Amino acid sequence: MAIKRRASTFLALSMTTALLVAGCSGGGESEEPAESELFKNPVTLTWWHNASQDGVGKEYWAKVAKDFSDKHPTVTIEIEGIETNQLQRTRLPAALLSNDPPDIFQAWGGGEIREQVEADYLKDITEQVKDEVANIGSAAEIWAVDGKQYGLPYRMGIEGIWYNKDLFEKAGIAAPPTTFDELNDAVTKLKAIDVIPIAVGAGDKWPAAHWWYNFALRACSVDTLRKASLENVFDDQCFVKAGQDLKAFIDTKPFQNNFIATPGQNDPTSANGLLANGKAAMELMGDWNKGTLDNVAADKEAMNKFIGWFPVPAITGSAGDPKAALGGGDGFSCAKNAPAECVEFLKYIVSPEVQKGYAETGTGLPVAKGAEDGVKDPALKSILEATTSATYVQLWLDTAFGSTVGNAMNDAIVAIFAGNGTPEKVVEAMKAAARK
Amino acid sequence: MTSINPTLDPAGGASAPPAGPRPARRSSARAAETRRKWYEIIGLTTPAVIVYVMFVLVPMGFAFYYSLFRWRGVGPPTDYVGFDNYVLAFQDPIFLDALRNNAIIVFGSLLIQGPIALGVALLLNRHFRGRTVFRLLAFVPYVLAEVTVGIMWKLLLSDAGTVNAMLESLGLGSVVQAWLADLDLVIWTLLAILTWKYVGFAIILLLAGLSNVPQELNEAAAIDGASWWQIQRHVTLPLLGPTIRIWMFLSMIGSLQVFDVIWVTSVPAVRSLGASATMATYMVDNGFFARLWGYGNAVAVILFAISFVAAVLFQRFLLRRDIEGAITRKAN
Repeated sequence: MAIKRRASTFLALSMTTALLVAGCSGGGESEEPAESELFKNPVTLTWWHNASQDGVGKEYWAKVAKDFSDKHPTVTIEIEGIETNQLQRTRLPAALLSNDPPDIFQAWGGGEIREQVEADYLKDITEQVKDEVANIGSAAEIWAVDGKQYGLPYRMGIEGIWYNKDLFEKAGIAAPPTTFDELNDAVTKLKAIDVIPIAVGAGDKWPAAHWWYNFALRACSVDTLRKASLENVFDDQCFVKAGQDLKAFIDTKPFQNNFIATPGQNDPTSANGLLANGKAAMELMGDWNKGTLDNVAADKEAMNKFIGWFPVPAITGSAGDPKAALGGGDGFSCAKNAPAECVEFLKYIVSPEVQKGYAETGTGLPVAKGAEDGVKDPALKSILEATTSATYVQLWLDTAFGSTVGNAMNDAIVAIFAGNGTPEKVVEAMKAAARK
Repeated sequence: MTSINPTLDPAGGASAPPAGPRPARRSSARAAETRRKWYEIIGLTTPAVIVYVMFVLVPMGFAFYYSLFRWRGVGPPTDYVGFDNYVLAFQDPIFLDALRNNAIIVFGSLLIQGPIALGVALLLNRHFRGRTVFRLLAFVPYVLAEVTVGIMWKLLLSDAGTVNAMLESLGLGSVVQAWLADLDLVIWTLLAILTWKYVGFAIILLLAGLSNVPQELNEAAAIDGASWWQIQRHVTLPLLGPTIRIWMFLSMIGSLQVFDVIWVTSVPAVRSLGASATMATYMVDNGFFARLWGYGNAVAVILFAISFVAAVLFQRFLLRRDIEGAITRKAN
């Protein structure tokens, strides 16, 4: 298999080299082909996305590529679906370092896109996508650096608590908690009926870290968070407060046993599995959770009936904006030297009709206005409502701060979960990583 | 071909003198011979040397070069920091934990696998019914892919997994553990899995070594009145020496570089807390996941240096007799 892959890489390399040569000989002098040249010359776009597993997500992207090629016969699209971690951590950085990156590829926004822009990897598409940005709204900002647009999202959603309505009813919880005091109450009631109140996949680090992010969102002002994202400055006491609140919350023992080794998603022993199979009552997760719960539920139908969603509760008297939410999304960027058709394809991906079809796959929430009708699932509908009514959406902190600070921060938060970390050490680790 | 050569002396075989006419100019023939020999050497080794240089030496050089930079893998490395990355590594308690874990695996593997493998190999070397089946069974875990082994044990050892359920049903509820979640226990659990996985390799090596022990020596010792145990202790074991030393060497290098089983079996959180990290998993976690490419390369160089020094020392002192003339000078 390794040999096969190498062979295909070689093939891809030689093919793109050939194309480059062909492009050079035919392209002429101007870097940006004039509008009239669009769709005149045959081009091949290589597209790297993260829907690597067989299923509706992957099939949908194949359909989108085919539809686009049918519309514009000069464009051939070569797709490669690569597992997220592999794509984000190794394949993409290595491809961008080489002179031969894919034309259009997955982009996570935030700190990462800022670094990529500084390294001059990405195409500035500000002028071409003005209408699309207007239609998407503030979510597009996450793919912009210093006011210039370098990518567009196709999926965006805030996180919240996925819960089991049946277990809530059994425990005598009348309505989903809106404050942390009510959440603590619910935890006590759920313990009384002998179910795990909250499942957390701390084994994968980030599902645990997201609890801290939410405490930080509640403790810190929007300005503090903006400054932290842009300059990696973490001097505000609110970051320590977040750790203290988290520690107090962990001390109420809301999570399953041995959560430190529980994976987040994708297998029946994961936190996802606990919720999907009725063993746990709640889980903090993003909008993609619907699809992953489907994968691990023994009885999908039953799960679809009992699953619900509510926003992360507010903390009474905290400095943060109670209507602010944490969220994130997925987008695509075009490589700096990608043909102009790449931008056209990107625009096509975020057009309302394609977005509506994406929403219908149920793998995530669309970003474009006019695609809302595609969202059928009631839990996803409530997330969509909450996302549109949120006053401020803070990008996941590990993405916003960049991988280096993000990783150190997550490690230090996990140490609090394991019982050998402190709120102060999280901030120290973030500051130390910012210097690394 | 030799069998149809009528000039060959059937008893002397290949050592018989060539029967054809002698060449008139012997020295030029010898020079041609030498030249031919060199062409052969160059022709046969060049591909290997090219591959070795391109895929081993050059990447090693690059790794060292990159390790001197503060570099996050975006754009070319420009921020030269000298040996700072190396200092940082040895200041990081998690890296020191990883070193300790590697030491546990190196010595644990030698001390546990060695005696088990020797015992099983001696047993399987005796003649009994179904010996082949047992030999095969002992070797099965080694043949399984590391990732398969990791996932299998991860499921078996989870909180509600088979191992704990079996212990419960045997009335051993007090032994039930969070095998992979208990931060003090996890490295020992992993050592047990690695032992299970690799002991088969040691057994096969030792069995091969045992088949080289001449039967006559055993018989002679038996005639002299030595018991089975005495024969094993004083005849077989000394003759197995070279095999045991080679196995120790391979086990040590493998333990220093162990990655896949740990990566698959132990979740990221437990690794990042230092409980189950090894140098190799630490390198990937920091190099790729924290995107500290310069730092990750520094860790790679440290891992290489430790393995290299261990290998050289081992060869110099323990393998000396087995590889005489190859690395050390030939004794007279």
